[in-house]
Amino acid sequence: MIERYLRQSPLAHLGLSGRGQDDGAPAQVRLAERPFSGLVNLRGPGADQTFLDAFEAAAEYALPTAAGASSVGGNTTALWLGPREWAIVDARGEPDAGPRIASRLRAALAGFPAAVTDISESRACIQISGAKARATLQKGCPLDLHPRAFRQGQCAQTRLAKASVLIHLTADESAQGGLAFDVYVARSFAEYVWFWLEDAACEYGANAKL
Amino acid sequence: MLVIPCPYCGPRCEIEFSYGGQAHIARPEDSAAISDETWADYVFLRDNTKGVFLERWVHAHGCRQWFNVARHTVTYEILASYETGAKPPKLDFVTQV
Ligand SMILES: [Zn+2]
Repeated sequence: MIERYLRQSPLAHLGLSGRGQDDGAPAQVRLAERPFSGLVNLRGPGADQTFLDAFEAAAEYALPTAAGASSVGGNTTALWLGPREWAIVDARGEPDAGPRIASRLRAALAGFPAAVTDISESRACIQISGAKARATLQKGCPLDLHPRAFRQGQCAQTRLAKASVLIHLTADESAQGGLAFDVYVARSFAEYVWFWLEDAACEYGANAKL
Repeated sequence: MLVIPCPYCGPRCEIEFSYGGQAHIARPEDSAAISDETWADYVFLRDNTKGVFLERWVHAHGCRQWFNVARHTVTYEILASYETGAKPPKLDFVTQV
């Protein structure tokens, strides 16, 4: 891990925190970077019950095995990426979250044909929230994001404006804070996807949320 | 645009996938002993089917798994998708062209 004081989030250069504050005008889409999310990639034998049990014993929640499902335990969320692959996320922005999750999993899963990789630095996490968040994403995403088809807690790897992304619906319309997605994208695509989202959300009234 | 049924994720849009050519091409057992012609057949020659074709796809922007698809090369209908290593399913439905 690099020196903490040298660390920059993927969108730091946009100076989002220096932008004019939310003026209270009705914005139907809000965009925010969630910097320093802990993100750990886990690969392992998803059909092996002893592997699933070992994860559950260490994490105190079960790995999701259904396509597009997620499960929450404490401050971390496990997202299903494939039959043998998951993302373990802690989006609170604690700088050590990634290495901490990774070392705990490595210890718990030693002996299994599994790989635990801290990829926190390689991805940006952009939160898009507000009443028109689904409509904004739908402009560049082939996935069916209708509330009937894409529900709270669901995740999917797909493409957004041609970029490869992982989309996670963290809260739906019924949640207290309203609809919110987390969009994970490779660091080198982060600026492109951010500007694309700003442009796509423009017609609805967009605000950068800090 | 095709909608391709990933055996793991369900129906997804074609732009999430990459194509992998003909499926069920077995590598010759004793590659040192076979003729150049047989080796060239294995490496280069593929069927050019008009009709139902068994082919490989990878869900490159999704779950990143390889799998096989039975697709009609004229109508582009996808008749089945199944896991790599599995035998192709019996296809009762064949479109008349
Ligand atoms: Zn898939």
